[in-house]
Amino acid sequence: MSDNNVELYQKRIPIYPRSVKGRFRNLKTGVLALAYIVYFLLPWLRWDRPNAPDQAVLYDLPGRHFYIFGLTIQVQDIFWLAGVLIIFAILLFFVTGLAGRVWCGYFCFQTLWTDLYMMIEHWVQGERPARMRLDKAPWNREKLIKKGGTYALWLLVALWTGVSFTAYWVDAPTLVVELLTGQAPYAAYFTTFFLTATTFVMAGLAREQVCTYMCPYARFQSAMFDHDTLIISYDEQRGEGAKGRAKLGKGLKTREERQAQGVGDCIDCGYCVQVCPVGIDIRNGLQYQCISCALCIDACDAIMDNQKWPRGLIRYTSENALNGRKTRLLKPKTIGYGVVLTAATAILIWSVLTSAPYTGTVEQIRQPLYTQLADGGIRNTYEVKLNNKLTAPMTVGIRIEGLPGATLDMDGMERIELTPQERIKLLARVQIPPVVGGKAPGDKVTFIIEALAGATAEPIRREVPFYVPAGN
Amino acid sequence: MSDPTQNAQPKPGEVQTTGHAWDGDLQEYNNPLPRWWLWCFYGTVLFSVLYWIYYPSWPVGESWLKGVGTVDYTITDKQTNQVKEQEFRWNTRSLLAADLSEAANNEKRKAMLAQVKAASFDQIVKDRHMMDFVRSVGKGLFGDNCAACHGSGGQGVVGLYPNLTDDDWLWGGAMDQIHQTLVQGRKGYMPAFGAVLKPEQLDDVAEYVLTLSGEAKPSEASARGKEIFHGPIGGCYYCHGADAKGVPSQGAANLTDKIWAIADVPTQKTLQDKKAVVKGFVTKGVNNTRIMPAWKGRLNDDDIKLLAVYVHQLGGAK
Repeated sequence: MSDNNVELYQKRIPIYPRSVKGRFRNLKTGVLALAYIVYFLLPWLRWDRPNAPDQAVLYDLPGRHFYIFGLTIQVQDIFWLAGVLIIFAILLFFVTGLAGRVWCGYFCFQTLWTDLYMMIEHWVQGERPARMRLDKAPWNREKLIKKGGTYALWLLVALWTGVSFTAYWVDAPTLVVELLTGQAPYAAYFTTFFLTATTFVMAGLAREQVCTYMCPYARFQSAMFDHDTLIISYDEQRGEGAKGRAKLGKGLKTREERQAQGVGDCIDCGYCVQVCPVGIDIRNGLQYQCISCALCIDACDAIMDNQKWPRGLIRYTSENALNGRKTRLLKPKTIGYGVVLTAATAILIWSVLTSAPYTGTVEQIRQPLYTQLADGGIRNTYEVKLNNKLTAPMTVGIRIEGLPGATLDMDGMERIELTPQERIKLLARVQIPPVVGGKAPGDKVTFIIEALAGATAEPIRREVPFYVPAGN
Repeated sequence: MSDPTQNAQPKPGEVQTTGHAWDGDLQEYNNPLPRWWLWCFYGTVLFSVLYWIYYPSWPVGESWLKGVGTVDYTITDKQTNQVKEQEFRWNTRSLLAADLSEAANNEKRKAMLAQVKAASFDQIVKDRHMMDFVRSVGKGLFGDNCAACHGSGGQGVVGLYPNLTDDDWLWGGAMDQIHQTLVQGRKGYMPAFGAVLKPEQLDDVAEYVLTLSGEAKPSEASARGKEIFHGPIGGCYYCHGADAKGVPSQGAANLTDKIWAIADVPTQKTLQDKKAVVKGFVTKGVNNTRIMPAWKGRLNDDDIKLLAVYVHQLGGAK
């Protein structure tokens, strides 16, 4: 029957990454600072809009408008979001094919928040050995304070992360006041709570398990690697030599001594393993857990500098380069992704720049299809829908052409001043004088909806059927 | 026969047995339900009891247990037009009513209705927001109350129900005239001339009537018909007017335009057929077939006002 010895889930092996200094650490810190400045401060940036919310970036779901600085995106333009997502996806493919898991190592929010949480951990509990000692120690006052302090700080960060996220969807200053006074809507509390909880759990507790077990990107990025892709790799030839790696010891101090004995440059200090946030040994080769954060490069470079040996025992390289071949950057795959990326970006920018400041549609009312008038004329009616996409008023004029003798009657609303972001339905009646000699002037009429004031744009032309009964 | 055996505790990798062996080697596995599962089950039992108490549940005789749950929502009394909050028993219908009365759009609707109520007809027509509101609410009201006869688009049925989209109005197409028609209803009436006029005279009148709108060319017959129409024998001009353009206060049709509300002239192919149709109505008259019910009392004043504006925008006179 059941076998009690088989575990379905592997127990997490705790990882205590050691801190490290170096170029890539500085780069990562720089990216982190920039990302946090943007993420946490953006909702607080104000933007002067005369007739709309004054938050620079606001995704107003109830109002059905996305405000991004000078750009107001309406519901019908939501396909731009699809465009942005497509561009991001292709950008990911492009960069991954060229330089490996750059996204994972430097930009992913999981990496950024885990990094911050580790910094907090390091600041409160100390360096790797201290943290390991603390974990093993019995629960006492010191452990309680240090662990509690870490958790409290994590929670604070998580909470502010949640509040900041929610602030993108509602007015930020109002939100904070409402959250504190208990007046915020249920959705705001839920969103904040959810983001707080996930941030705490993912960055504080789950960490590298998110990348290893949960993240689909992590897995399919590996599928985009080829022999020319930049990877972080241990130079096995140099590090192992003929006889393998060895610690610094008697007769193995200098490079010359080691090379004479056939021992490689790796002094097996284990620094690269200790700094690894996902707990792997890079010297075992490329592994799916590796998020390409490059901290092992910093670690090894520090050791090599210390030994006054050349850097680069662990370095960014490619499989081809490691095997003494040339790394090709201009591969068909790279060029293909590059072309698609450029095209997608160009189309999106073109679409945004040329988007009309207003929309207008015309639909024939088919119940009844036509109306016989007292003087023998024929009338068709239409529903005209106008939508001012601007946050300022604009004047729109409506006229018809293409149907000789036809007149348009909209109860004086042929010229209409639309309030900011107004959507309106209007009734339009088009009538032709009595048909003479059984020849109708046409079966189509074109509505021309043009911006007269407040905006400049190409007139919108809508050709719609004009129905004349048979025998007329 | 069963023998209790000593060793009922399982070894690693084995399943616990009930501790009895029948016929020497027949044993029964003991797979008790997990404790958490049992507690969940007891929880659902408790839940169902509370559910019976709170919500409508068991049938009892010809009724059912109503449950203690209630829903509050505001209702508008159709007769007195008073708005009041009332408590109702919980059921999905009152839940829907509560949802509707509390929805954000309902507040907007109420505000808009108040605006329309306070405005004059002229003001409503000139305000596109009010017109937008009238068109969307009016469509529903029209569909519920008027479309059965007049058609969903107000196109009517020739001979029976007037077309509301054209510009020929028997009872007047101004907004207040339409409003009056809705409030008090109308009854179309034309006397039968079959007993008054001779068949030839009826033919002559029919031919004259057709010349008025250009359906027939003037002839000797139409000249004779003209005399009957405008003379004391027929006296048609009493109602249709000396110019034959109709009199809205009588509901008399305009005979000079291209619109035929009762006699279906336009679809007839030959002059003979057209004459026959017109003659038929002159002979038999119109009585008890064209009745518009009065809507006062059936609809509240606001709805009638909305409908008047809605019908006017369908094709009412300027």
